[in-house]
Formats: sequence, structure tokens, C-alpha cells
Amino acid sequence: MKIAFLGAGLAAGVTALATMAAAETPVLKVLTYDSFATEWGPGPAVEKAFEADCDCDLQFVTAGDGAALLSRIQMEGATSEADVVLGLDTNLTAAASATGLFAPHGQTWANSLPVAFADPNFVPFDWGWFAFVYDKTKLTTVPASFEELAASDVKIVIQDPRSSTPGLGLLMWVKAAYGDKAAEIWKGLADNIVTVTPGWSEAYGLFLEGEADMVLSYTTSPAYHLIAESDDTKAAAAFTEGHYLQVEVAGKLAATDQPELADKFLAFIGSDAFQSVIPTTNWMYPATAAAVPDGFSTLIKPEKSLLLSAADAAAARDAALAEWQAALAK
Amino acid sequence: MASRAGQVRPALGAVAIAAALGGVTLGTAFAVALQAGSFALSPADWAALRFTILQAALSSALSCALAVPVARALARRRFVGRGLLVTLMGAPFLLPVIVAVLGVLAVFGRSGLFNDLLALLGLPRLSIYGLHGVVLAHVFLNLPLATRMILQGWQAIPAERFRLAQSLSMGPGAVLRHLELPMLRATLPGAAVAVFVICLTSFAVALTLGGGPGATTVELAIYQALRFDFDPARAAALSALQFGLCAGAVALGWRALQAPGFGAGLGRRLAIPAPGGWRRAADALVIVLAAGFLLVPLGAVLWRGLWGLSDLPPGLGAALARSVSVALASTLLTTSAALVLALAVAARGSRLIEVAAMLPLAASALVLGTGLFLILRPWVRAEDVALPVTILVNATLSLPFVYRLILPQAQAMQADFGRLADSLSLTGTARLRWLVLPRLSRPLGFGAGIAAALSMGDLGVITLFAGESGATLPLYVHRLMGAYRMDAAAAAALILVAVSFALFALFDLWGRRAAS
Repeated sequence: MKIAFLGAGLAAGVTALATMAAAETPVLKVLTYDSFATEWGPGPAVEKAFEADCDCDLQFVTAGDGAALLSRIQMEGATSEADVVLGLDTNLTAAASATGLFAPHGQTWANSLPVAFADPNFVPFDWGWFAFVYDKTKLTTVPASFEELAASDVKIVIQDPRSSTPGLGLLMWVKAAYGDKAAEIWKGLADNIVTVTPGWSEAYGLFLEGEADMVLSYTTSPAYHLIAESDDTKAAAAFTEGHYLQVEVAGKLAATDQPELADKFLAFIGSDAFQSVIPTTNWMYPATAAAVPDGFSTLIKPEKSLLLSAADAAAARDAALAEWQAALAK
Repeated sequence: MASRAGQVRPALGAVAIAAALGGVTLGTAFAVALQAGSFALSPADWAALRFTILQAALSSALSCALAVPVARALARRRFVGRGLLVTLMGAPFLLPVIVAVLGVLAVFGRSGLFNDLLALLGLPRLSIYGLHGVVLAHVFLNLPLATRMILQGWQAIPAERFRLAQSLSMGPGAVLRHLELPMLRATLPGAAVAVFVICLTSFAVALTLGGGPGATTVELAIYQALRFDFDPARAAALSALQFGLCAGAVALGWRALQAPGFGAGLGRRLAIPAPGGWRRAADALVIVLAAGFLLVPLGAVLWRGLWGLSDLPPGLGAALARSVSVALASTLLTTSAALVLALAVAARGSRLIEVAAMLPLAASALVLGTGLFLILRPWVRAEDVALPVTILVNATLSLPFVYRLILPQAQAMQADFGRLADSLSLTGTARLRWLVLPRLSRPLGFGAGIAAALSMGDLGVITLFAGESGATLPLYVHRLMGAYRMDAAAAAALILVAVSFALFALFDLWGRRAAS
């Protein structure tokens, strides 16, 4: 009896201590993709700035890439310990909303995206235009549209839409620009495509090794080489059809045990403290009018931006994928 | 009685290990299957299945066909640096996939050395992208494994048999018929099955070098089902298909298998007689070509990595330490388990245990990781078990290699010395110390080296479990590449390769020292 009593007392004491510690510093868990939370990514600076006045502990939980985030919360369902999910893009938000796991964000801060963007569940935290990046010293005749590219013998490397978010973005880009003619464009591009890689890093690596003249990436990619490597040889090709947007978003999970902190974090995403970190860590444009570094002024600014709504993108995906596979499978 | 007691204990252990293997591979697939989703396989899945089998069969056939002359030349020639070359040639097998692909491309890519050479000679450049590129990369990755497996077969022929052949004045043709072909019949099926099953689960190599969606493998379809469609039932169905293929390949391997039946030798290390004349020149050519094919891409990886060495981020040291501890722990686990299984199969020939030992080869790392995640999540936080789970998965995935390496010699040992040891009541640790370890140290050392290096290079599962700061070195390389830092990634990859190789070489050397 004595031992049981002592044990119960100890357990109660430990629980009380743990509760006290928790009461002192509430923990906000943000589920995000790998590269956001690395030592060179936005994570450390974002964590420091948010913790400076939230009186809380911000912890990142990571899971591969954007698509992995969605499958992770689908696996965890309502029992997820994450409070906020950061890193989905608009090709995934329809499926994410359909899970019913997200709560309306209720944020009122204005974003400065080049197209009107509003989603009841998700706020944008950064964005970029997809573009083909090339080396100015090696490629002299730069195609200015998908049709010119298809007619040229310029070699490109792209990502697989079945395993990578930029690959899916390209699929949507061609679909948004050409609609029913998309299959024809893909047939025309088939002989330009050196290969299709599983993810962005393999494709970009192959391009840098000289395996292709151009690679599907972002208009902001040359800024990395310019700012981080003082290398101004890379540029993005401007396409007359317009450029498709990748909008990266964050949302609050309905089952969070820290709803106020989660709201506070979503509001913090709209602040300069968060947004000013983005350009030189995630190499994307800030979602608000926050200042961008000098190097960004050298980048091409597409006049026309394309973006399918979350619902349209989800509806178009399967057919577009089948079209892509049929056109490229030789 | 004593001999039976000595037999029963390893058998019980082996059954327990086999059950655990079945649980980890099939149980995780089952956990994934229990999630909602559809079971229907699409026409695209069947196309992926056809491509998967085709590329794996071609890669396996070519790797083994090329490995025979290379292994024979290495077995019967002695030259300065031979030991180093044998060890070095094992390196491609240990490279992280994307690093290996970049190495192959540095030589055979559009702007690679090989095409530069062709251009210099006024010949048209060849494109590596397509089925032939996939097969080329798979041969690059697996020729070393096949060569080593066959080389061990050559070295396992008792030296007395070669002496006998010599005293009977057998020519090279007769030696081939009476000694080498029976050995190959016993060794080749195992090597062919191992390479075939490794290539079955290929994903990044097949897609990157395949040139387009025509080069889709079942593993990519699994990835898509889990990551993009979140259709776990379909992923599990595809995974079951992969297990079926593996089981079929292993069964085919058995049918082709024949025991060489050389009988026992005195275990003396005598040089295999080497015919002179044109055969000497041919062997030299084979060795030079194989070394060039395997070492030049490796050299490109090293060269590429040197430039970023000065600019490595500070987190690298911790990632390296994590990787090395994971590798050592999973090596200990997998080598002991493989030894127990191989001894049990050698003693009794249980086919169920043999299937269990080969199952992990067909396991999709992604399904394995997802299944473990689903099973463990109600009880523990993913980040807290990242390293134990990685150790368990790496040990499971590398077990078939170690097992296959040990088995032929465990069988030979059992056939040659089993009855003698039994009649001497040599059991337990004494049997391990006086019979098993001395006879099996060579494959044990090589197997442990392979296990350590495979564990260093693996990336499949850690991504699901690693938190903010739990990255292993391969994941670290992957994250660097994902952030434009290709130079730093190449340098980190160089460190990864160097450390993997050092671990491999240490274990391998220990095995070869202990054997001679």
C-alpha cells in the first residue's frame, strides 16, 4: 500500500511539474517541409523572431516536401500534435481542405501576390513564378514561349509531376496557358526533354552539370547565384504566355490545442519580421510588400501571371497527368 | 544428444529472426493496406510492372555476365595493388543513388568525358537517356556486388582441387568444365537474383536516366500513391506485387541452384593456377576495363566534391556522427542475424527461412517507413524514435546481402565439417570460435562492410521520422541539394562516400586478415 501510495504521489508530482513547465512556456508545433527548417533555411530566423514576443517555444516538425506534408497530416488525422502546417502549395490546398482537418484562418492582413488570392483556410507565406532557367554564356538564342521552345532544339530537364511539386506546377502552367491544346504542346516538347527527374534538386543538379540547356525552376533562381555566389551567368527565360505561380501557404489545424498561438503565428507570417527572411533563405518572393534585396531587381518580371484556383487545379490534375504521360511515353 | 542441442538453439533463434523479418516487411505493408483507399491497379501500373521487370532482368543479366570474366581474372592473377583494387571496386555499390547518377553522367552524360572523347574522334555524341542508360547505371552500381559474390565462389574452391587438376594435366578448358562451371552453377543464381531484386525497387536511377514517364517503375507508382494521391491501399497492393516478384525470382534461383560438391579442403591458401599466353593479356584487359568503368565515375564524384570542402555548413559534423552510430548499430544487428539464419539454413535447409531472409530486398523503403510510422505513432513521437527506427530498417534492408554472402560458405562448411564437428560435440561458443568464425570470417567481414556502407548511404526512411535536427548525412546532402548548394552537397557527399568506404574497407580487411 505504502509503495502504491508513494508511486501515485510521485506520478502526481511529476504531472504537476510537467503541467507547470507547460504553463510557463506553451509550445507551438509547426509542421513544415525539410528545407524550411534547415540551418540555412528560413526556420532559425523565423523561430527567433517569433519567440521574441510570443512567450512560447516554437518547434518545427519536418516531413520531406510539400506533398509529404499533406500525406503526413492525412495519416495523423485529428490526432496530429502539429498546430500549424506551413509549406503546402495551391495544387495541394483543395485536397488539404477536403480532409476537414483545417480551420479558417481569420487573418485580415493583405497579401501582395500578382494575382488576387484568398482562401478561407490558408494564408500565403511566399510565392514565385515558375520559369526555365539557363546559362547566359552557353545559350544564346533563348526561346520566348512554349511554342518556340518546342520548335527549337534547346534541351530541357523537367521534374515528374507525379513526385514533385514543381513538376506538377509545369503541368498546370501548360494547362492554364493552352487548355485543350496542352497535349499538342507536350508532344512538341517531347524531343526537347532530356529527362524527367523525381525532384527539383536532381533536375537542377543535372542542369548545373551541363546535361541540359534549361531547367524548370523559378524566376528567382538566378538571384541565388547572384547573391550567394556572385555569379551573374544564370537567367530565367520570359515566356509570352505568362508564367504560372507557385503560392506556398500555411494553415491552422482544427484540432490544435494552441488556437491563440496558432492565430498569432498566422498573423506573424504577414509581418515584416517573417517576410524579410524569405527572399534570401527560401529564394522566393515575400507574400507582402516587404522589401526585397538588391539582387532581385535584376530578375525578369513576367507581365502576365497564371494561376488555376485550388478547385480548378484539383479538377484538372488527373486528365492533365494522363495527357502528359501519353505525350511523353515513347 | 549434445549435437542435437547444438542444432536446436540456432534454429529457434533463426525462426524468431525470420518471424521478425516477416513482421517488419509484410506487417508494415499490411498496416498501410488497412488505411482507406482503392485496390484497383491501373493500366499505367501494369506498364510500370513490365518496365520494372525488363530493366531489372537486363541489368541483372548484364551485371552477372560481365562479372564472371572480371571475377575470374581477379581470382587467378596476382599483381601489386590487387587487394586495394578489389576493395575499391566495391565502392560504386555504396554510393548514394543520386551521387552515383551524377558520377555516371560525368562520364557518359551529354557533356561527359566519354562523349567529349567521341566528339574529339569526330563521332556523334551518344545520349545516355533511355533504357540503355538505366541498365548502364544499374550495371555500374551492381557489377561490384556480382563480381565479389562470384569471386568468393572462386576462392571457395579448395586449392587442392586445382592442384589435382594440375597434376592430371588438365587444360584451361577442362578446369572450366570440372571446377569452374560447377562453382558458377552454385554462385551465379544467387548473384543474379540479388541484382535482379535490387533493381526491382529502383526509383531515382530509373526515372532520372530513363528519360521520361515511359521509364516508370513500380516503386515510383508506390511513391505517387503514398505521397500525391494518398491512396495507401493502392500502395500496399503495388507493394504486394513487388513482394510477389521477389518471391518468384528467389524461387527461380532455387531451381537453378546446384551444390558444387567439391568436398573439404585443408583450407590452405594456395594461388589458383593462372594460364599464360593470350589468356594473360585477356585477363589484364578485363581488369583494366572493369577498373576504368567503375573507378572513373567514382573519380569524377571525388573531384567534384573537393571544391566545396572549404564551405561546409556547421551542422554536418552532427549528421555524420548520427550516420556512423546508426551504421555501426545496424551492422552489428544485421550481421549477427544473417549469421544465425545462414547457419540454420545450412544445417536444415528451411525454405521458409530463406524466403524471409530475401523478403527485405523486395520491400519498398517507403512502404516500410510509412507502415512503421502508422504502427508506432499512437505510442511515440516520430522524432523520438527516428534513430532506432532507422537502425532497424537499415538492418532489415541490408540483411539479405549479408545473408547471401555468408550462405554458400556456411553450406560448404556444414557439408565439409558439420559431421566432424558434431561427432566432436563441438557446440555453442566453442563451435563458433573454432569452426564458424575461422571458416566464415571472409564473407562475414565483407558482409559487415556492405551492411555498414549501405546503412550510411540509406535515405529511404529517415525522411519520415527525422525532426528539425535529426538528419543523417544522406538526408543532409539531400537538403543541401534542395537549397541550391550543389557544391556543399557534392563535398558532403564526398565525405559520406569516404566514411562509408572507410567503414566498408575496415570490416572487409578484418575479414580477409582473419581468413588468411
